[in-house]
Amino acid sequence: MAATKKKSYIWLSVLSIAVFIFVWYIACDVLKLTDASTLPGPKTVVRTFITKLSSTAPDGATLFEHIGSSLEIAMSGWAMGVIIGTPLGIAMAWYKKIDLYARPLFDLIRPVPGLAWIPLMILLFGIGLTSKIVTVFLSAFVPCVLNSYTGIRQTRDVHLWVGQTFGASDFQMLMKIAVPTSLPLVMTGVRVALGASWTCIVAAEMLASTKGLGYMIQQARGIYRPDIIICGMITIGVIGALFSWLLTLVERVVIKGVKR
Amino acid sequence: MNREMIVCDNVSKTFETSRGNVDVIGNVSLTVHENELLVLFGPGQCGKSTLLNCMSGLETVTSGSVTINGKVIDSPGPDRGVVYQRTALFPWLTVMGNVEYGPKVRGMSKSERREKAQYYINLVGLEGFEDSYPNQLSGGMQQRVGIARAYCNEPDVLFMDEPFGHLDAQTRYLMQEDLIRIWEKEKRTVVFVTNNIEEAIYLADRIAVLTNCPTSVKTEYGISLGRPRNYVDPEFLRLREEISSVVDKAL
Repeated sequence: MAATKKKSYIWLSVLSIAVFIFVWYIACDVLKLTDASTLPGPKTVVRTFITKLSSTAPDGATLFEHIGSSLEIAMSGWAMGVIIGTPLGIAMAWYKKIDLYARPLFDLIRPVPGLAWIPLMILLFGIGLTSKIVTVFLSAFVPCVLNSYTGIRQTRDVHLWVGQTFGASDFQMLMKIAVPTSLPLVMTGVRVALGASWTCIVAAEMLASTKGLGYMIQQARGIYRPDIIICGMITIGVIGALFSWLLTLVERVVIKGVKR
Repeated sequence: MNREMIVCDNVSKTFETSRGNVDVIGNVSLTVHENELLVLFGPGQCGKSTLLNCMSGLETVTSGSVTINGKVIDSPGPDRGVVYQRTALFPWLTVMGNVEYGPKVRGMSKSERREKAQYYINLVGLEGFEDSYPNQLSGGMQQRVGIARAYCNEPDVLFMDEPFGHLDAQTRYLMQEDLIRIWEKEKRTVVFVTNNIEEAIYLADRIAVLTNCPTSVKTEYGISLGRPRNYVDPEFLRLREEISSVVDKAL
């Protein structure tokens, strides 16, 4: 019973994308309601997509090179954000003194949108990799700290009592009780950070770059190539969704004993 | 009579709250002997759990003292195991992971603690569920894991804080029966808190009837009925009647 139900849901999901493409096709390719130079139909976009896989025109790099460049920066910034942000959030939640020390600074950084760092970063590091990695890092860092902090704070008293009555040290209680408790939220932080990194890198590339998906889209706007813009947007969307799906798989392996 | 295991000497506990001081325990003196099953019986919210927490070291006493095995208690320790009201299992660990937790924290080798944990898992009747996670188990099974976990650390004293309070009636009877079976096989000093009179008489070697807040020991009953006990035995019913008439009525 449950299996058949699930099957019909998957069908619905496929349908939603199919209907979207179909309506787009009818409106643009069949009825030609829009001018191809403002909003092309899916046929043109698919054609451009295939050409762009191997062609460097008009922006100096193939689609793969753009993807590679964006991924490289997004991944390094994200990884740094996770590696530094998560332990910091955990330490702030567990150790009062670290919280008191780090919190004021963190509270000041938190409300500044990742993109607002770009002008300063460009002045500091130029428009190369470094400025963008640092910007992405800052966007990924904030959700990692926030979620791991909240995760540790969810530790139940009774679990700590169990640890105490078993004679666990403070550090053992942190590692064996609080950290496992926080894992679902830590993973949420990691996932939000990945989304933020991806959003941030594309936006950063629009402002200052020589390569990358954001750069490709920005260049295409300048020469009136909406087909390339849409190609880029779809690529960004698909890669983002792929990441999210991959992380769901990782979550299933990492987080045990939770009802799904 | 066995030697004295737990001695509460004039214990009182006052909580400081924003609305002033609340006296929860007022001068409790109580002795529990080795391998005795003492039931603390009293109306709801009367401070039974707080008294238990003072014995386990999770709360510090305001005045008086708790001594276990001749040692004054001021913090929790591995010589005292606790089974909690609601399941306090670690949801991210399997049954085996939960039961072997205590020995693991103390640094016992894997093969040794596995063997020990397996023994207690079998003892509570959960053989075959070693790799299940708590959310895959029923309430009764979860409390069995809780009992096995407390036992597995091999404490001198076991504290049970209304462990069956949230189970349905049938499961509860079954768990009481099993607890006695387990305890008779692995004798420990047990302090069991309940507000259920049948449960108290079924389990106890001795019942300490507590008064309402601030709680103190109103009277004690030694229960000499043979085990397994029968809930409708005339002596059982007489005790039930007698103790019911003594206990304060809670709101």
